[in-house]
Amino acid sequence: MDFLNSIILLTNFIIVPGITYGSQLALGAIGVTLIYGVLRFANFAYGDLMAFGTMIVILVTWFLQSKGITLGLLPTALLALPVGILLTIAVSLFFDKTVFEYYRNKKSDPVTFIVVSLGIMFVLNAVVRIIIGPNDINFMDGHKFIMKAREFKQMTGLNEGLALKSTQVITLITTIITCSILFYFLNKTKTGKSMRAYSNNEDLALLSGIDPKKIVLLTWIIVSILATVAGTLYGLDKSFKPFTYFNNLLPIFAATIVGGIGNPLGAFYGGFLIAFSEIGLTYAYKKFFKYIMPEGLEPSTLIQFISTDYKFAISFAILIVVLIFRPNGIFKGKVI
Amino acid sequence: MFFSASNLTGGYGGVNIIEECSFNVNRGEIVSILGPNGAGKSTAMKAMLGILDLKNGTVVLNGKDITKLKTQDRIKLGISFVPQIKNIFTELTVKENLEMGAFLNDTNLLTRLEEMYDLFPIIKEKKDQFAGELSGGQRQQVAIARALMTEPDVLMLDEPTAGVSPVIMTELFEHILNIKKQNIAILMVEQNARQALEISDRGYILVTGKNAYEGRGDFLLNDKEIRKAFLGG
Ligand SMILES: Nc1ncnc2c1ncn2[C@@H]1O[C@H](COP(=O)(O)OP(=O)(O)O)[C@@H](O)[C@H]1O
Ligand SMILES: [Mg+2]
Repeated sequence: MDFLNSIILLTNFIIVPGITYGSQLALGAIGVTLIYGVLRFANFAYGDLMAFGTMIVILVTWFLQSKGITLGLLPTALLALPVGILLTIAVSLFFDKTVFEYYRNKKSDPVTFIVVSLGIMFVLNAVVRIIIGPNDINFMDGHKFIMKAREFKQMTGLNEGLALKSTQVITLITTIITCSILFYFLNKTKTGKSMRAYSNNEDLALLSGIDPKKIVLLTWIIVSILATVAGTLYGLDKSFKPFTYFNNLLPIFAATIVGGIGNPLGAFYGGFLIAFSEIGLTYAYKKFFKYIMPEGLEPSTLIQFISTDYKFAISFAILIVVLIFRPNGIFKGKVI
Repeated sequence: MFFSASNLTGGYGGVNIIEECSFNVNRGEIVSILGPNGAGKSTAMKAMLGILDLKNGTVVLNGKDITKLKTQDRIKLGISFVPQIKNIFTELTVKENLEMGAFLNDTNLLTRLEEMYDLFPIIKEKKDQFAGELSGGQRQQVAIARALMTEPDVLMLDEPTAGVSPVIMTELFEHILNIKKQNIAILMVEQNARQALEISDRGYILVTGKNAYEGRGDFLLNDKEIRKAFLGG
């Protein structure tokens, strides 16, 4: 019984939240890695692009709700998602045409691009705050829990409950669908292969007749989809606050670098690695040890490696360690 | 002449690397461009492909002046190029490398792949491996096969045997002779000058960006002065 309780405890507080948060980071990191692989710069505006996409989804959600349209058990935001994606694509293409293209034609170095993306980050950041404000917004509607902790306890007779929020399941399913389509596209379709080819060897791609303009366009489209989906899932699961999205840039970049910059599959795994490190190291294991240790040997302290206030330090530490010891990421394999 | 470049002058940032260079090649011919390191051979190749801005000169393909065309448009007209370095997609599989070669026209993709497998048996064997995992000689075969996927009329090779052992070099040259049989015009830059001339119909020797000698392969091979200066005695 105690053993089962300890497993349920970890599942409830580490595994389920880890998979959810990991999925959200994975989607974000794949976006960052695709931009790096194809356009060859680290896009600091990515967190705020996610915020922008999510903001549109929220505005459309409110509009739909005001008209009495909802998705029943599912969050209305899923219905608003396509509009959010379209407008985010439009914004990305707008900045590409007006800003990035100029520096691309000038063949500016990556540092210039990074500084330029910082500029766009500030612009997007301001736009979002002007339109929707800096405050916390909860836009999750529909059925909140698939299983409540109390129901689980009653069902199983265990001490520990296992709660499953609908947003967690929606996150997982959406991530599986999105990533399956993306990896199928990159590895099996002609256009996807040409995107990898361009990322791997730009000059040879040109000599093979691959059109760089199309590749750039396609990359912004894919990346905008990923940013909006990741942002919306994160917002549904927690809440929407522009500053949080900016902050998420750190774990997303950490996931990207852990996975090897430019490697989408690596970024996927990197997202989960960062999520589980963050959640696993900030969780207080006292109760867990109470279950598995013999009586009288229970720990007296919280057994928490690091306070939740410092969770960003974990991403940061992983980032530094990887950059020092494995600058190409910890996974071997194809880079886009 | 099927493909000819006349009086090419150009370079990087104002400095002329090549001056008044001319080359031509017919279908079914192998023509080598030889010369010491830094002579401007690769630069001349880039000039013919439109990668380099020219100050002067014309490039004509099958009677059509293509001097003003962009690289990608020249490729569409049937010129294929294997660069000296970075000539494969290391992170794509061998088969995907060939598929990218056929990017512009993949109506005959499957038959073309089979033809490449026949021409380069090693490629068939390694088709699902990442090209970056192959040996030097195998990589060069992938590079050439990628360029052949478009069914080009003109194949330009920049040092196809760079950095491979003499045995592999001989093997690669045999492949190039087989390609010649498909009535393709082959223009290649080579460091292994003597061996290259042995399989070439004609050759050009480039010195500090200018045409120094030209003539039939056997003529260049047997000329005392040229042997001494460029072919190591
Ligand atoms: N991208 C470049 N920018 C500036 N100079 C270059 C560039 N590429 C080659 N050069 C110079 O042009 C000259 C000829 O180079 P190259 O055509 O590569 O010679 P080769 O192929 O005959 O060895 C060399 O002096 C080289 O330093
Ligand atoms: Mg060269």
